[in-house]
Amino acid sequence: MRIEYFQLVDRIIDLNLNDLTIRVEANVPATSTIFEGHFPGQPLMPGVLLIESMAQASGWLVIARTRFEKMPFLAGVKKAKLRTFVTPGQALVVSAKLIHEGSGFAVTEAEIAADGKPICDAEITFRVVDFPEGEFLDNMKAVARQISLPAEAMAHG
Amino acid sequence: MSSTFDTVATIIAETCDIPRDTIAPESHAIDDLGIDSLDFLDIAFAIDKAFGIKLPLEQWTQEVNDGKATTEQYFVLKNLCARIDDLIAAKAR
Repeated sequence: MRIEYFQLVDRIIDLNLNDLTIRVEANVPATSTIFEGHFPGQPLMPGVLLIESMAQASGWLVIARTRFEKMPFLAGVKKAKLRTFVTPGQALVVSAKLIHEGSGFAVTEAEIAADGKPICDAEITFRVVDFPEGEFLDNMKAVARQISLPAEAMAHG
Repeated sequence: MSSTFDTVATIIAETCDIPRDTIAPESHAIDDLGIDSLDFLDIAFAIDKAFGIKLPLEQWTQEVNDGKATTEQYFVLKNLCARIDDLIAAKAR
């Protein structure tokens, strides 16, 4: 996890485009400037970054589903529950399921677990737009390769 | 139409916290009820689920942006409900 760069997904564990599900690894770093302020003497992974982690896992699922034709942007978070603290060094597994593909939007249910125990969950809404071309697409494809997005999801066009 | 309207009006009331009795078939979702595009995503999600359809929001938006349609054609509730009925009928065929 490159937490300061908001690159929160380390590796895609599995992607199922029939069931429309994804599971990813997100390993919280042992040290980060973020933990110096959140909080001094008691470092905690910020809840908003847990939500962002669920959004990013969901986002890769939408990107894979559309094979880089569409880019999801976070639009809404509902029913978010942050059930327990996450501390530096913890290994998280983020899961998401695409529960609705609307016209120009998508909705997922996502959750995070650590050592099999639930950490948080939410229903997340995305605006889904045509994938921006150029540098944006190139960078996203580079990240996709880093996190082992399956080749079947990489085809564009 | 009337049962479609009742369902849609209930969805709008619950999603946007708008009093149900202020929502009429002649209401314009944007101009009269003040529903913004983000709230309309939630409404579309609920309508899609309730009726088992997919509102073609992208197509409608494009048509309005291109000047080929007016917002009234899609966002006055009686017109919206007529289009929902058409989508339900098309799905049944």
